Amino acid sequence: MTTTATTPMGFGRMHRKEDARFTRGKGNYVDDVQLPGMLHGAVLRSPHAHARVVSINTDAAQAHPKVKAVITGAVLQTLKLAWMPTLSYDTQAVLATDKVRFQGQEVAFVIAEDLYSAKDALELIEVEYEPLPAVIDARKALDPGTPVIRDDKEGKTDNHIFDWESGDKAKTEAIFASADVVVSEDVLYPRVHPAPLETCGAIADFDKVNGKLTLWCNTQAPHAHRTVYALVAGLPEHKIRVISPDIGGGFGNKVPVYPGYVCAIVGSIVTGKPVKWMEDRSENLMSTGFARDYHMKAEIAATREGKMRAVRVSVLADHGAFNGTAQPTRYPAGFFHVFSGSYDLEAAHCAVKGVYTNKAPGGVAYACSFRVTEAAYVIERMVDVLAYELKMDPAELRMKNLLRPEQFPYASPTGWEYDSGDYPRTLTLALEMAGYERLRAEQAAQRQNHTPGGVLTGVGISFFTEAVGAGPRKHMDILGLGMADGAELRVHPTGKAVLRISVQSQGQGHETTFAQIVAEELGISPDDIEVVHGDTDQTPFGLGTYGSRSTPVSGAATAVVARKVRDRAKLVASAMLEVSPDDLKWEKGRWFVTGDPEKGKTIQEIALAAHGALELPEGVEGHLDATAVYNPPNLTFPFGAYICVADVDTGTGEVKVRRFIAVDDCGVRINPMIVEGQIHGGLADGIGMALMELIAFDEDGNCLGGSFMDYLLPTSMECPSWELGETVTPSPHHPIGAKGVGESATVGSPAAVVNAVLDALKPYGIRHADMPLTPSNVWRAIQGNPIRTDLAIS
Amino acid sequence: MRISVDVNGEAYTRDVSPRLLLVHFLRDELGLTGTHWGCDTSNCGVCAVWLDGTPVKSCTVLAVMADGCRVRTVEGLADGDKLDPVQQGFIQCHGLQCGFCTPGMMLTARALLDSNPDPSEAEIREALSGQICRCTGYENIVKSVRWAAEHERETQEVAT
Repeated sequence: MTTTATTPMGFGRMHRKEDARFTRGKGNYVDDVQLPGMLHGAVLRSPHAHARVVSINTDAAQAHPKVKAVITGAVLQTLKLAWMPTLSYDTQAVLATDKVRFQGQEVAFVIAEDLYSAKDALELIEVEYEPLPAVIDARKALDPGTPVIRDDKEGKTDNHIFDWESGDKAKTEAIFASADVVVSEDVLYPRVHPAPLETCGAIADFDKVNGKLTLWCNTQAPHAHRTVYALVAGLPEHKIRVISPDIGGGFGNKVPVYPGYVCAIVGSIVTGKPVKWMEDRSENLMSTGFARDYHMKAEIAATREGKMRAVRVSVLADHGAFNGTAQPTRYPAGFFHVFSGSYDLEAAHCAVKGVYTNKAPGGVAYACSFRVTEAAYVIERMVDVLAYELKMDPAELRMKNLLRPEQFPYASPTGWEYDSGDYPRTLTLALEMAGYERLRAEQAAQRQNHTPGGVLTGVGISFFTEAVGAGPRKHMDILGLGMADGAELRVHPTGKAVLRISVQSQGQGHETTFAQIVAEELGISPDDIEVVHGDTDQTPFGLGTYGSRSTPVSGAATAVVARKVRDRAKLVASAMLEVSPDDLKWEKGRWFVTGDPEKGKTIQEIALAAHGALELPEGVEGHLDATAVYNPPNLTFPFGAYICVADVDTGTGEVKVRRFIAVDDCGVRINPMIVEGQIHGGLADGIGMALMELIAFDEDGNCLGGSFMDYLLPTSMECPSWELGETVTPSPHHPIGAKGVGESATVGSPAAVVNAVLDALKPYGIRHADMPLTPSNVWRAIQGNPIRTDLAIS
Repeated sequence: MRISVDVNGEAYTRDVSPRLLLVHFLRDELGLTGTHWGCDTSNCGVCAVWLDGTPVKSCTVLAVMADGCRVRTVEGLADGDKLDPVQQGFIQCHGLQCGFCTPGMMLTARALLDSNPDPSEAEIREALSGQICRCTGYENIVKSVRWAAEHERETQEVAT
């Protein structure tokens, strides 16, 4: 339990307010919610990647004694709900009507008295399919004669989704044409899945009498979902309440609206009872938002001395069967165009082509700020490729090219304005912490004594720049909803406060961190501040938690609303003290008279007076409540230097991460304990993606990563004890100088791990190999026979 | 089938379907929702509980297999209002974020400390290796268990 003694009056290490319930088993996750008369839904899914649906017979399922309803695409069609919009202005089938387009696609929804009966009834549904050739290899999706996946779209004759580019193409080409050195590599960031331990789920409860829909749903963006339901189902928005209770991890997976949610809503309307739907693990891995799947051809132009001049990347983006990627509207490739990274370049250009394939839809951020992970990975991998060719030390090459502190705010070649940074300082600290020189000396000695089959050590560096805190309304929206966030603060008569925020924690500790922001601004103890979130009836509008946007956007809204309260408190204090507001000065928790510091009023005294009988001057309202909406002027740009030390067994291909040094600069840290925890989690993600995680497919489109027996996640055995360092470069435009950190480590770490493995394998002349670097993939690379990791087609 | 199970010191007798999983028995029949469900394949360990003193993954144990057994769940870790040192350790060392894996992690940690009161970091990592956490990168979970080990004696002294 947090006690006053351990509670800082503002920023600082503080135990989490959330932990009291979580450590006692008293969390309230969506599957814990039980409503009277609640029914249970289950989804029948397609066994085929691509097939025409000839017929669906639900008679036997309907006849099951415990089944209350069976919903098919045909039923939904009568309600005009067979298709729904995705977050990228595409459409997605809720339940298949014409075709199934990926293995695991939703075909029918059974509602029964209990989950076991619902699943039994799935077995009773007969579906006749006419299999079609599947489009699995994204690189062949646009070949002439390839089956058209989205023939539901009128006039669609191919599998093309979009083309998008950023940067100065002509200038970039001119530099490449005149460069001393050009390195080029095909770099795959394979399909992975955020795989939160709590799967996606919802309980819909439609109250026919009042016309009110209450939806418990573990969504990261309850307000955005409410608006989508209003648009999809035609329900009036004020009659929809989305409650997002405790969430068992999200990592981007819980941003989209999934067919199961819509089915649960329809199910509740049809049966008149609450309907719960929770996916199982295979459903989660096979059908909900995947991440990455970027095929990147990347090139760097440089001088012989190692001065990087330009970077260009051509991307083939596999979006699956429906374009369900969750990105701001103007940016179909998210913020991939931050791929010029942390370097001082003359030019950069990227071109991204999105295609449909017969795979699950998605393209969500997996703890990455809108494709920043792909960007950071490709540039950091390519810097090592350049170092390899120039025979330069990768740390020296980076140091030579990093942006210098005096270049900030820095206008990047693709149009970003990086807010602040001191990159050399951060890299220097990481190198010192790692003992870099000594590591290289040890490595040199080891290489001299190496015999094939022995262990080789690699040292991998990654220096990343993130773009987070989306974002300025004039540039950024999702489905037309601007990315600003609201906050409401009420200070009760006794000086205790309730903060209501639009963002939704999935473990980030908002109830603690946001209370600390108010505490810092108002001098009310965090213990006296209740943070309310995750209920659209109780909180102001905002777009939710993903892309490390909570602290940059909602944290700013919180600071702003607290300052509004402080300003109101000043007017009340001036009436209490009978002095002009101009004569008052603020110190944390108290307004006092400038010339007479003893004479002052605490925020608690002011709160009581504001609600009392004190006569207030003309124009001064009573009470201290305030609201704010924060529209960020720019994104924030956290950065960091990561160093991975890995041992590679050249006999078995096994990689063991021995050390991982992470120096993060996320600006001002509100609760360093929570910040460090966020970084730890992201570093584990990086090890997972670099070495283990993969959603692959066979040539028929069978998903080969559909359970935790196949989709491997790092455990305590694969993770080392993390070595963290920090530098602090505040964001100049954020009210408290914070930049956001939730996803930094996931963005920055995969490249460090892969670079370490390839650094180890340098004696074998291996310049590049794709993730995941599983023992078999590493072993094949050592044999000179690297494979494409995304396909199980040999 | 009629089963009798002692859960956290309380006796429960229920008629259950032979195929009912222990995790669903605890959650849906007894309302003990602190035990979570995560994967169905015994990989993630968020459903870990004690069966006659040994941690098991309750998603792959049938409720009928617990007939006549003692089950301990996260709700039975604390002694009334007094938290187990493992629970305190998780709070002190920020050993949890979303909280979903936490009950299972704490029950395994409790079992480890009962058999090995002074485990090394490597022993803790090995004991927890059958359970997945997606948030913490394990570092602070390991520290939490160490914290509990170090404070066990002191807490016991306070308790007596």
